[in-house]
Amino acid sequence: MTDPVPDRVRVTSPRQVGTRLARTGASEIDAQTQLGELYMSSLLRSQGRLAVTVLVALVVLVGGLPLLFTWAPSLADVELLGMPLPWVLLGFAVYPVMFGLGWFYVRASERTERDFTDVVER
Amino acid sequence: MSAAWGVTAIALVSVATLVLGIFGLRVARTTSDFFVASRSVGPRLNASAIGGEYLSAASFLGVAGLVLAFGADMLWYPVGWTAGYLVLLVLVAAQLRRSGAYTLPDFAEARLGSRRLRTVSSLLVVAIGWLYLMPQFQGAGLSLGTITGARPWVGGVVVAVVVLVSVLAGGMRSITLVQAFQYWLKLTALLVPVFFMLQVWLGDGGVSPATESVTAGGTPGDVWAAPLASTSAHPLYSTYSLIVATFLGTMGLPHVVVRFYTNPDGRAARRTTLAVLALLGVFYVLPPVYGALGRLYAPDLIASGRADTVVLELPARMIGGLGGELLSALTTAGAFAAFLSTSSGLTIAVAGVVSQDVVSRWLRPITAFRVSAVIAVVVPLGLALAAPGVSIARSVGLVFAVAASTFCPLLVLGIWWRRLTDVGAMAGLAVGGTCSVAAVTDAFVGTHGPGWVADLLGQPAAWTVPLAFLTMIGVSLLTPHRVPSHVARFMVRLHTPEAVVLDRGRPARN
Repeated sequence: MTDPVPDRVRVTSPRQVGTRLARTGASEIDAQTQLGELYMSSLLRSQGRLAVTVLVALVVLVGGLPLLFTWAPSLADVELLGMPLPWVLLGFAVYPVMFGLGWFYVRASERTERDFTDVVER
Repeated sequence: MSAAWGVTAIALVSVATLVLGIFGLRVARTTSDFFVASRSVGPRLNASAIGGEYLSAASFLGVAGLVLAFGADMLWYPVGWTAGYLVLLVLVAAQLRRSGAYTLPDFAEARLGSRRLRTVSSLLVVAIGWLYLMPQFQGAGLSLGTITGARPWVGGVVVAVVVLVSVLAGGMRSITLVQAFQYWLKLTALLVPVFFMLQVWLGDGGVSPATESVTAGGTPGDVWAAPLASTSAHPLYSTYSLIVATFLGTMGLPHVVVRFYTNPDGRAARRTTLAVLALLGVFYVLPPVYGALGRLYAPDLIASGRADTVVLELPARMIGGLGGELLSALTTAGAFAAFLSTSSGLTIAVAGVVSQDVVSRWLRPITAFRVSAVIAVVVPLGLALAAPGVSIARSVGLVFAVAASTFCPLLVLGIWWRRLTDVGAMAGLAVGGTCSVAAVTDAFVGTHGPGWVADLLGQPAAWTVPLAFLTMIGVSLLTPHRVPSHVARFMVRLHTPEAVVLDRGRPARN
């Protein structure tokens, strides 16, 4: 067997590098390149982390109440505004807390998306 | 309460609903108008509409009834129904809108590319919709019966007819307007009487219903007011199971999901959901007030098994004369707004699925939608007339358990986990659906004495939801070759803001 004669290679100035550098993050995502996947997974990770943060806060602040009532049954005897404390917590206090969590989430997720837009459109 | 005022109130609400519905007819010309109001509804109007649609007979009548009869633990129903929107906001709101899907079956098919999964999802949507419509019709029958002494079926039929006429006339566009109006009507209807009733209560010395000496329905006030003291053999388990069902079930309700497609984009979907959280929080402060005051002024309702009517009866009982009559008529109007708005939303959702997946093969789209709407209403109306009465809020709570055990894992894993497969999703839906529906059926029939079995079946979500999640994840991991090839592109569609120009593949529905 003889080595095949290598094809003649034309050497030119690397003009394409210029266009390659001009590719945006968006086109990397469209082409599903490694870089594009990286953009996507980092977006998903930060949005996912934000979601988990809010959910953990919800579970602790609101979902923890039954446990609190179990461990400290005397809370039922505490009165606030003429009502037993559990009623104040479950009837009124939880709603502004949940709205606050939602407000925090909306702001933070919009910020994440703005950052994502800035990065991939550059 | 005199029948005349109550009937007048019901007639006014029905006429207002129909007029708004038919006014919307002028605008609703295309199929897109019918289904999604051509996706042009702003966050504020849309939030009112979602609130109006969501606050059903269970919220308006049922919560007060349960609080009256069973006390503090029942406060978890309204808390859970609000928290469900926070969970929905955080996990699925924007992504669901961006998916471009109109129904849950659309989403399932677009994400996992399986016609069979679509069919199973459609069946589940119809089952959940019908289970949810049933207590609405029962509540209507109960209310009309309370006011006029009419037989239970009359109220259900009235609501069914009004819903059908307005849905047939205008579709989603007019319904958006109707439901926004009905949120504010419901809020007013509960809020105005509360001011007068609290005045009467303070005038009577302001005795707390939580004091030991106030006994109603055989329970002293301090036991009634203490959390984890009543209702089941294992109150901590039951409470947490209810929390799981309501926190996670909201996102799986077909009429809730449909609303998200009327938002212009994902960001608007989030803002709408946040506004809904505020509207729900304001509303849900009110029903427990009726339940608590009912302990003092209408304790006989517990013994006679008519606790669900406390919202309707209390104003007339506490405030004498014409004023009380008018306030009770107002709460009656609010109750009918609740039946009508939730039933309309569910009817549209079920009809959307039935028309797309069954009827549209033979008929033109708008005709198919109308035929499906009739099917969507008539079947649960029949079931409501045949089934025995369970407390309204409780039976709605059970529907949440079914939604949490089926569509919640499908949506959460479909949006956040790339390795979900159609086989895994199908297995999860089958396991979660079978277990929760079996438990719910058992709860309706109610054959078990108090104990673990009764509690596990009476509040099944705490075990059926993890089971459904684990099945979906486990079976998906066993079938890695079934991961759809377009999953990366679909994730781009779900998670990227619309402002970025990207190839997002085809939308789930145009």
